[in-house]
Amino acid sequence: MAESELLEIRDLRKGFPGVQALAGADFRVRRGEVHALMGENGAGKSTLIKVLTGVHERDGGEVRLDGKSIHPRAPVQAEALGISTVFQEVNLIPNLTVAENIALGRQPRRFGLVDWRAVRRSARTAIERLGLSLDVNRELCSYSVATQQMIAIARAIDLDAKLLILDEPTSSLDEKEVEELFAVMDRLRNQGLGIVFVSHFLDQVYQICDRITVLRGGQHVGEYVTSELPRIELIAKMLGKEASDVESMEAATAAAHHQDAAAISNESDEQPVLQTKQYTRRGAIQPFDLTVRKGEVVGLAGLLGSGRTEIARLLFGLDSPTDGTLTVDGVERSGWTPRRAIDSGIAFCPEDRKVNGVIAELSVRENIVLAMQASRSLLRTLPMKKQLALARHYIDALQIKTPSTETAVGTLSGGNQQKVLLARWLVMNPKLIILDEPTRGIDVGAKAEIESLVASLRRDGMSVVFVSSELDEVVRACQLVVVLRDQKVVGEVSGDDLQEHRIMEMIASSHD
Amino acid sequence: MKLIPKKWIPLLTTAAVFVFLFSAASMRFEGFASMYVVADLFSENAFLGITAIGMTLVILSGGIDLSVGSVIGFTSILVATLITDHQMSPVFVWSIALALGTVFGALMGALIHVYRLPAFLVTLGGLFLARGMAFYVKPEAVQIDHPVYDRLGDIAIPIGGGAELGIAPLIFLVLFMIALVVAHYTRFGRNVYAIGGDEESAVLMCLPVGRTKVCVYTINGFLSALAGITMTLYMDSGNPINATALELDAIAVVVIGGTLLTGGVGYIAGTMLGLLIYATIYQITFFASLRSSIATIAIGVLLLGFIVLQKMIHRD
Amino acid sequence: MTDHSVPSTTAEAIQPSEASNRISVIRLMGSRLVWPLVSLAVVLVFNAIFIPSFFAVEVRDGAFYGSLIDVLNRGSIGIILAMGMTLVIATGGVDLSVGSVMAISGAVAALILTETQLGMWAVLPCALLVAVLAGAMNGVLVAYLKIQPIIATLILMVSGRGIAKFITGEKIITIGDDSYNYFFDFIGKGHLFGLPFTVTIFLSLFVVTGLFVRMTSLGLFIESVGANETASRASGIADKWIKIAVYIFAAFCAVIAGLIDSSNINAADTMNAGVFTELDAIFAVVVGGTALTGGRFSLTGSLIGAVLLQTLMTTLYTYGVPSDVAPVPKAIVIVAVCLLQSQVFRTHVRRLFGKGAKR
Repeated sequence: MAESELLEIRDLRKGFPGVQALAGADFRVRRGEVHALMGENGAGKSTLIKVLTGVHERDGGEVRLDGKSIHPRAPVQAEALGISTVFQEVNLIPNLTVAENIALGRQPRRFGLVDWRAVRRSARTAIERLGLSLDVNRELCSYSVATQQMIAIARAIDLDAKLLILDEPTSSLDEKEVEELFAVMDRLRNQGLGIVFVSHFLDQVYQICDRITVLRGGQHVGEYVTSELPRIELIAKMLGKEASDVESMEAATAAAHHQDAAAISNESDEQPVLQTKQYTRRGAIQPFDLTVRKGEVVGLAGLLGSGRTEIARLLFGLDSPTDGTLTVDGVERSGWTPRRAIDSGIAFCPEDRKVNGVIAELSVRENIVLAMQASRSLLRTLPMKKQLALARHYIDALQIKTPSTETAVGTLSGGNQQKVLLARWLVMNPKLIILDEPTRGIDVGAKAEIESLVASLRRDGMSVVFVSSELDEVVRACQLVVVLRDQKVVGEVSGDDLQEHRIMEMIASSHD
Repeated sequence: MKLIPKKWIPLLTTAAVFVFLFSAASMRFEGFASMYVVADLFSENAFLGITAIGMTLVILSGGIDLSVGSVIGFTSILVATLITDHQMSPVFVWSIALALGTVFGALMGALIHVYRLPAFLVTLGGLFLARGMAFYVKPEAVQIDHPVYDRLGDIAIPIGGGAELGIAPLIFLVLFMIALVVAHYTRFGRNVYAIGGDEESAVLMCLPVGRTKVCVYTINGFLSALAGITMTLYMDSGNPINATALELDAIAVVVIGGTLLTGGVGYIAGTMLGLLIYATIYQITFFASLRSSIATIAIGVLLLGFIVLQKMIHRD
Repeated sequence: MTDHSVPSTTAEAIQPSEASNRISVIRLMGSRLVWPLVSLAVVLVFNAIFIPSFFAVEVRDGAFYGSLIDVLNRGSIGIILAMGMTLVIATGGVDLSVGSVMAISGAVAALILTETQLGMWAVLPCALLVAVLAGAMNGVLVAYLKIQPIIATLILMVSGRGIAKFITGEKIITIGDDSYNYFFDFIGKGHLFGLPFTVTIFLSLFVVTGLFVRMTSLGLFIESVGANETASRASGIADKWIKIAVYIFAAFCAVIAGLIDSSNINAADTMNAGVFTELDAIFAVVVGGTALTGGRFSLTGSLIGAVLLQTLMTTLYTYGVPSDVAPVPKAIVIVAVCLLQSQVFRTHVRRLFGKGAKR
């Protein structure tokens, strides 16, 4: 067993300012196996890969390849040692041919000039090694993402790679394409390569992987043989719970939900605030039906990449659908944009706060009044007095910790940034607020505050769509939870059923 | 599914525009379809062609260089002053000028790459600096009267039809051949395409991104200086005001030649076609006794057309 | 929220920040304006010591004359262009076409004044039309076709001068300076309140623009779009319209500058009108503390930047540096300012000093 060990990582540590991304992670990969590296956000997967490929330098721990201690300081060095990586986003050059993409930077030369015939020949060999056949003279971008992915693999193993890291390679592939990729992986496994497979698709992990290593909070949770680890336990381990705990924990909350469920059913004849029918966006989320009623908190639960954020973005008009209908207050809406969504009383706190949310350079006051200003005509500017009053009111009400109303939002902590973002929308007094991972990256105290805020919003008659990867939060906050897996809605739970283990079971249930 | 690969569309459009312009002009104007005109197309725009080659590489790599016109002006007056006023040997003066241009390009490239400064701003500084230095060298035109220049001026290769090519277009054509090989048959050339196509990916593919980028600006500095020298050969003089705003013409030629302004797609051969279109438009205005402002506007319209075309092709 | 005593304590905590509110505003403005102000002060002090005549002001025919007045008069074009450029750069863009638009505006004015009897009252609406067309073209290319601003505005930079030359027939059109063109003449050469009229023009443009962007939410939207375009759109801001508006405003400023320029020389010289002025305007904005990446902007900073630039030039001329060589120090300053803003450069310098300290 020890002989076949290809990679051995022990007690790997890596810290960034403010975060200990890896706090003693172990990881072992054998020759001729596909090994899944699993964990939720912040588990340390990507940091581990970056240390391994020389992007980051480690703070401590040991990395051995073929029994020899290695210290790659740049991706070039890692590649020379035999560690190649293929990323989720295909990192090749779209406008160049397949052959050139495979050979780039190491083209065979004759008399100092690139020998194009040799380039094409070696590219064909590399493609054949994967058991594929395609025209190496065509531009890369003329092939599907799946094929590009394979070409990236062909490039990665063209050098004498021993270890191949596939970082979320299947995220944008359809089922058939995944099958093709797996065929290639299987072939490479038989050729003796060690493959690290990072994915959040459970089905795929169970289909292709020999072993699973789970990380959580930068630490090693355990290494398991795939066939011996039930799905529910894997999910529990990723979420940091014991499968048995989960079931007993639920009893208390169930009663509360029962009441809520009753309340909802009383109002069910009322027109829903928002409703979708077979709403879909190709490549992002399969058709889904969703109904949000007044004063209801609807949760979207699922693992990372299951389509939660995609639904949230569609509901707010940030992405446009490829099919289906969206009804707001009984009126079917098309050409849905954020502007129209806001005018219809919908608000959105996105998951990627820094990209789609707060404007870091602007002050707390400016961020809070931004949406309201944008809804008024240019000349009907809020007087400064009113702006300050609004800002102060929400700084107070949400307990935003900021030195002043004029402090740049970028200098505040994550939790306070989140509250500023919430304040921006609460100023608008929306009918429906979509919260995508509102508690991500903020401390425990702030999490609790945001949860209680959601409860109070609901009491005020506001509807909420609540997206979170923390199942306990979802269960506490929501009356109805829509469960997602692999970009698909797989079920709904409410009332007595609304328990963590039920959701986990639904996430875990395999296809069909 | 599609008859023509997308990346060929701009180049084919360029070729079609050129064929159309040239044949239309030939039918309309007597004596247009002659080797004299062809020789003129090359002779009058040789220095523009030389810079456009360098500019093609810069734009392919995803950058831009606004300093070329000023570097040409600076080189032309420096060369003329040193030869005429200081009696230095032309070959020595040329080496100095080429060395200065190369170092200047390398410095700008280093600022752009190492300090991540926007290329257009750094080269804008280069534009100011080189133009100011040109006037510092000598504020007015200087004639060059030197045996070497006389001898070089006598060079004329007959190209048939009684027309001849002088030294300036010959330098351009030789460089054009070298550039074709460099762009398509060297690792450096291919890396330029890769960086312009997707710089982040190029880094992850372990390509020497920094070195290549600095190199591109260095080459462009060298070529600008060479274009300046060629200009003195063609005009037998140097002038600090020479080649003002030539960078805009060079960029226009490159874009009309089918090179994508965001980098990664394009051909040196396309730049040749772009140059021919540019030269033909000016020839037509000359033959038709139109104002040259019509040519400027026409080039602006073509530029707009090609940029919008590229945007539509590469939308997805 | 969970603990009732908490809100009251935070309320108290908010109180003292009232005072710090105002201080932080001053500090924020200060940090942005301090460098241009210090540089301007240095140049002025230098002049006070070495060129005493620089500060001499004499009164002739009820108007002031002197180097300082000269700086303001000659700097007016740069200042006016910098106003427009500031807003464009604040949205994360840049407008290279302002010089060419200046030439078009001068050409249109000259044509109307010499070829028609319509006079000044036709010049203004036509100039305005030029601004709207030029700005809208730039704005649409940037906002809707998503072409990088440098490239989008390069098109008009190239063809604009051609258009201007076409309008004037590639000649320099001389506008007679008879009483008939009194108003046009006044724009560039008149005096009001003892100061050149150009000072009134740029001051009123500065004040009106400043008040408009800060009194309405336009300034906030511009900064928001420049700082984070996607988040702005997600907040319901019409980012595309904001962009088109700033390009039209920049073209408007260019048109005014073009009128001043041609009034100054009594002619439309399309070859030389506004050449390199776009670079001066970008220079003024960057030196004035508005980052090229967009976001927070300061019209006051750009004003100071443009005045600094003109003072520097005038000083150099006083020392006999030919105007053609003057771009050299300009280039050095612009690259230095960019280097100071570069994060990589800062860390390099810090490392250098860190090593020095250890030794």
